[in-house]
Amino acid sequence: MYGKKVKLRFIFLAIILASIVLTVFLILKSLKNNVIYFKSPSEIKSLIELDKKKIRVGGMVKEKSVFINSNEVNFIITDFKNEINVIYTGAVPNLFSEGKGVVAEGFLKDKNYFLAIKILAKHDENYMPPEVKEAIGDK
Amino acid sequence: MLANQIGYYSLILGLLSSLLLCAISIKDFNKNSKRVNQNIFTLSFLQLTFVVVSFLSLILSFINSDFSNETVFNNSHTTKPLFYKISGTWGNHEGSLLLWLLVLTLFIFLFLIKSREQPKKYRILTLLFQQIIIIGFFLFVLMTSNPFNYLFPTPNEGLGLNPILQDPVLAIHPPILYLGYVGSSIIFSASLAAVTQNYISKEWGQHIKKWVLVSWIFLTIGIMLGSIWAYYELGWGGFWFWDPVENVSLMPWLTLTALLHCILVLERRTDLTSWVVILSITTFTLSMCGTFLVRSGILNSVHTFANDPTRGIFILIFLFILIFLSLGIFFLFHKENNKDSNNFFWLSKETSILINNWFMMYFLAVVLIGTVYPIFIDVMSVEKISVGPPFYHKLIAPFLAPFLLFMAFGSKLKWIKSKIEEKKLLITFFLISVTLTFVILKNITTDLLFYTVLISAAFFLFFTTLKELLIKKFNNIFQTIAHFGFSLFILAVLFNNILSSEIITNIKVGEKYNYNKSEIFFKKIEEKQESNFNSIVGYFKITDENGKVTWLKPELRFYNQPVVITSEADIKTTFLDDKFLVMNLVKGDEYFNIRYQIKPFMIWIWISILLISLGGSLSLFNKKYEK
Repeated sequence: MYGKKVKLRFIFLAIILASIVLTVFLILKSLKNNVIYFKSPSEIKSLIELDKKKIRVGGMVKEKSVFINSNEVNFIITDFKNEINVIYTGAVPNLFSEGKGVVAEGFLKDKNYFLAIKILAKHDENYMPPEVKEAIGDK
Repeated sequence: MLANQIGYYSLILGLLSSLLLCAISIKDFNKNSKRVNQNIFTLSFLQLTFVVVSFLSLILSFINSDFSNETVFNNSHTTKPLFYKISGTWGNHEGSLLLWLLVLTLFIFLFLIKSREQPKKYRILTLLFQQIIIIGFFLFVLMTSNPFNYLFPTPNEGLGLNPILQDPVLAIHPPILYLGYVGSSIIFSASLAAVTQNYISKEWGQHIKKWVLVSWIFLTIGIMLGSIWAYYELGWGGFWFWDPVENVSLMPWLTLTALLHCILVLERRTDLTSWVVILSITTFTLSMCGTFLVRSGILNSVHTFANDPTRGIFILIFLFILIFLSLGIFFLFHKENNKDSNNFFWLSKETSILINNWFMMYFLAVVLIGTVYPIFIDVMSVEKISVGPPFYHKLIAPFLAPFLLFMAFGSKLKWIKSKIEEKKLLITFFLISVTLTFVILKNITTDLLFYTVLISAAFFLFFTTLKELLIKKFNNIFQTIAHFGFSLFILAVLFNNILSSEIITNIKVGEKYNYNKSEIFFKKIEEKQESNFNSIVGYFKITDENGKVTWLKPELRFYNQPVVITSEADIKTTFLDDKFLVMNLVKGDEYFNIRYQIKPFMIWIWISILLISLGGSLSLFNKKYEK
């Protein structure tokens, strides 16, 4: 027979293992539902099926494409091969301007229109998000 | 010019003294004398002096705007106010690493003079391990990011500091955060030294507790400062975005908090020894990872600054060496010596602290996976992804309620057996919390059940800790203050989350914007000139539904060097709420893009974090524990 202590240890170990498995399962499961994919305008053009999920689109703000009225900001994101129109109703970060890199988060209306709910700010005027760099890399 | 040379050679001397220190301490380690060789103290002090001199000469170069120094050229400008010239010293990569070094050498020196009653071999080994880290950082600074690179011909003007960093809070945020990060290096070295000497014991627990507390307090306050800065400077009105750069500072905080609780057990009985060592190693590793991830550019973060990949590789290699070294030492030398673990019983403080640790590890796993997964996917496939806040909220929130309940019960476990009245009181508190929450929430939120559970649990902890504070049970006052602060923190965050409201619109000067009985009136703009920027100040008159008027004056700054526009939010803070307004000019058009937010109980978030660290600080000065 095993002693009481060994038994306790065993139960303890079992609990630890079970909780680790449960944790990993929980985390991975909700990861699947909560990741946001990044797409360039060209990738959106080549989509076969429109994604209902939230995505991020990145590229350059096209020169002379920003238009503003009392409730929305419109502009075009381009990767110099394809472009997409963005309709945005939120607050604009201060480093947002024409000819600069941008990342917008939101939903695709169709392949030409993107409804943005957030435009991501950055800290450094020289910094370009790696995705944007890649998206416009071979211009 | 001269300062440049002095700074550079001083650094090399610092590295040499590191090597010398290693040699002397290995020699001294094998001697039989009871006391640590006096030369070690002298050398350690010398090393500290060298680094201080080097740091001061960098500051001097910044103050004098000596643009023959590449770091100064890249990050400073003659028109910058003096305060930001100085804070610019550590506002960049090279300078901030020098600051790391400074704190590393400072802490090991303090450790040497503060640990006189500890065994000699243990002290020398701690010094040795710490020197390994220090040498690594010296090499890192000298090889990949020398702050004293010489520029010829000397430019007339510098490139300027990123204006977004020209801010009083951000000027002190890095030093404080580093004190926390680097403080964990002492815990790391000390625990490795203690393992090799088989010295993980009650005495060691009492001695290392101070160091754990110090770095925990600094890390807490450092994170808070960063968060406050993000709140008013980034103009999003949030204080935590689950951004990778924020996450990497949260991870060591979680392990450090777990460690702090374990030390409370260890200082009374020799228990949980392996766990303490593992936590010490993990905390420092995570701090290093933080530096690596932020500096390497691997992370796709909105906070990322332009950077250089070779640095990342250096830190990565260094990190692996440290991890293998520490794990090797742990497995070779560690012996379980749980002398008193026989009388382990389930309803004890130890159990509650273990439960606390389980929660911490779970939170850590969530944050770690959420942060690392996008990198992993990026390497494994062509997809680019990011993990948003909903992921963290969904995984952390459900575990918060039981966590809070355990916090309320945990400290009481000893009494559960004995006192019946205590139990009745607890039940009363519990009922009050639930009813109170229900009454408050009834008309507000849609997700009633979820928030009721969460807020009731927070109220429950709030009341139980408040009661202890009021009846002045001084035996555990520090813990109670910290836990009280935590309950306040959760309450403030939750109510802030539920009750916040936001208006975003584009508006011209002279226009009015109406929304449910409130009005925003954009009266006028005024222009101002400062030494290094011009600015536009907007005057907004806000009338709320009760007719109360608030004036808010957000600002748009046009910095001339580098040419950057920043928007400074204007915030009116009261104990009830923050009124937050930020404006932006899009495309030089006549329309201003404004965001107006009402954020209830914002100030209580900061107050509660201060309370939490106050609990820690008070416990640091307490002598009663060392009976």
